[in-house]
Amino acid sequence: MTLTTPTAVRTHPAHPVSVQGVGRTFASRDRSAQPRAVLADVDLEIAAGDIVALIGASGCGKSTLLRQVSGLDAPTTGRILIDGRPVDGVDARCAVAFQEPRLLPWRTLTQNVALGLPRGTDRATGDRRVAELLDLVGLADCAGYRPRQVSGGMAQRAALARALARNPGVLVLDEPFGALDALTRLRMQDLLLDVHAAEPTTVLLVTHDVDEALYLADRVVLLGRPAGAPPGAPAGVRSVVTVPGRRPRDRGDAGLALLRAQLLDGLGVPTHHEAHDPDQHHSI
Amino acid sequence: MSDLVAPARGATVRRATAPGGSAAADRPRTGPDAPSALEGSEVGAPAPGPTLIAASQLGTAVVESPRGRGRRRNLALALVVPVGLLALWHLATAVTGTFASYELPSPGAVLDAAVELATWDKGPNLATHVQISVQRVLIGFLAGSAAGLTVGALVGLSRLADSLLSGTIGAVRAVPSLGWVPLLVLWLGINEDSKVVLVAIGAFFPVYTTVASALRHVDPQLVEAGRAYGLRGASLLLRVQLPAATPSVISGLRLGMAQAWLFLVAAELIASSMGLGFILTDSANNGRVDRILLSLVTLAVLGKLTDALIGVAEKRLLRRW
Repeated sequence: MTLTTPTAVRTHPAHPVSVQGVGRTFASRDRSAQPRAVLADVDLEIAAGDIVALIGASGCGKSTLLRQVSGLDAPTTGRILIDGRPVDGVDARCAVAFQEPRLLPWRTLTQNVALGLPRGTDRATGDRRVAELLDLVGLADCAGYRPRQVSGGMAQRAALARALARNPGVLVLDEPFGALDALTRLRMQDLLLDVHAAEPTTVLLVTHDVDEALYLADRVVLLGRPAGAPPGAPAGVRSVVTVPGRRPRDRGDAGLALLRAQLLDGLGVPTHHEAHDPDQHHSI
Repeated sequence: MSDLVAPARGATVRRATAPGGSAAADRPRTGPDAPSALEGSEVGAPAPGPTLIAASQLGTAVVESPRGRGRRRNLALALVVPVGLLALWHLATAVTGTFASYELPSPGAVLDAAVELATWDKGPNLATHVQISVQRVLIGFLAGSAAGLTVGALVGLSRLADSLLSGTIGAVRAVPSLGWVPLLVLWLGINEDSKVVLVAIGAFFPVYTTVASALRHVDPQLVEAGRAYGLRGASLLLRVQLPAATPSVISGLRLGMAQAWLFLVAAELIASSMGLGFILTDSANNGRVDRILLSLVTLAVLGKLTDALIGVAEKRLLRRW
């Protein structure tokens, strides 16, 4: 993959993100049931230009936190600041890519990427920027195709280009490679690192994959319920792990193995699954 | 726009002209993920359906474009049944005389009636009747479908409008078409207005129903993606929701057009002095079965023609799907 130097003027530099005491409670549809608290007292400081991975068990509120950073959802308590200014509604400084590409099926890849351009971009600049981004994600040859004519990995790359077209100060990725096959996923991870090197922006990434988190991130944030909390308790930041070494990292780095074990343990998945002794009585 | 279907169409042509050749070798280069991309395009792209099948069935090398050939073949197939019916009709009336001319006149007699009415100089001739009917349908359809689009969009997009309106509109829709006639005649009189309004009522409901339900069911993930990229209100409607609903909206328009013709005849049967529906009642009173058949055939042809017009618009709009 060749990297091109961005020619268009970048309007947003990388922004720091500050999450302060954020909680989110969802009203229950069933009137008799209690409102469900998903997040409580989440504090997180993300430096400009960092890549931060959020991991946690399913349903622990990772995506909810991301949606709040991007302004698609609002916290019940606390606040989120991007570059010192609070997020209020969908924020132009943020760009989101979802687990699914979510491209508009009636538009070509070019037109889909153009949807991400900031409002008021003049046509010539916009066209140039879109072409440059498609080149950056390796889709220059397929610019005229519609989403259903390309593979899942290509569509996801187009979605990444669309997010970058916004010139985001913060790039928010909600399990962006989760639906891809294992090989495509590894390629996309490298692509993300290339993109980050070409256009350094703050990246906040949700993933289920501990290895992905360790490969990509400067820091890994483990979200979850406090130890010993009842099952319905809201989640918070359990630990923040700074990943040693510089990117690009070696996927087989032995030094990361210990961190991997720690994080998996934090997710409730011990690295060594004890074989069940059929004679031994145990409860689950 | 045309580059959209190009890969699929290209593949079609290749397979038709070189049946034994390797399709994979001819595939256009599309980057690292190309094979799966092309599989996607062959399965999912809006390939010209009937042409695709026809062309691959032809199999052998063809000099002429397989597309044109397939189209001609389809047209020929579509004509088999009408021509057969016409022959049967002719056989049963003019040749064997199974039906008397006052029961079922021959095709020739209907043609004579058409010529007679086309050159009629003691009153409105055939062209005038057709013209007035088409005018009523078009004006009524335009007004009704515009109202259907507007109200359908409102009900489909706003929960408040849905709760307020959908029940009432559903009840009004349940009123049979002829039920409106006395009221419209009393309020608007026996004139063009009452007929056009009846046609508009007919066109309104199918358009309203399909538009409302299509907009309500636009993929919420796409809508959220649109919101995440700063689209709101009108821009979200125009860029995401309406394009997503386009296929359903067009099938709603087709249904609306069919219903407009239905309501036109209802209006003209009851109170009119011109139009194809008037020919029907007038001829029933005079026992002119040939003119009744003439009117029915004309209605069939006009109905099919307007439907085909919407079909052409559909093809243009949905080429991007």
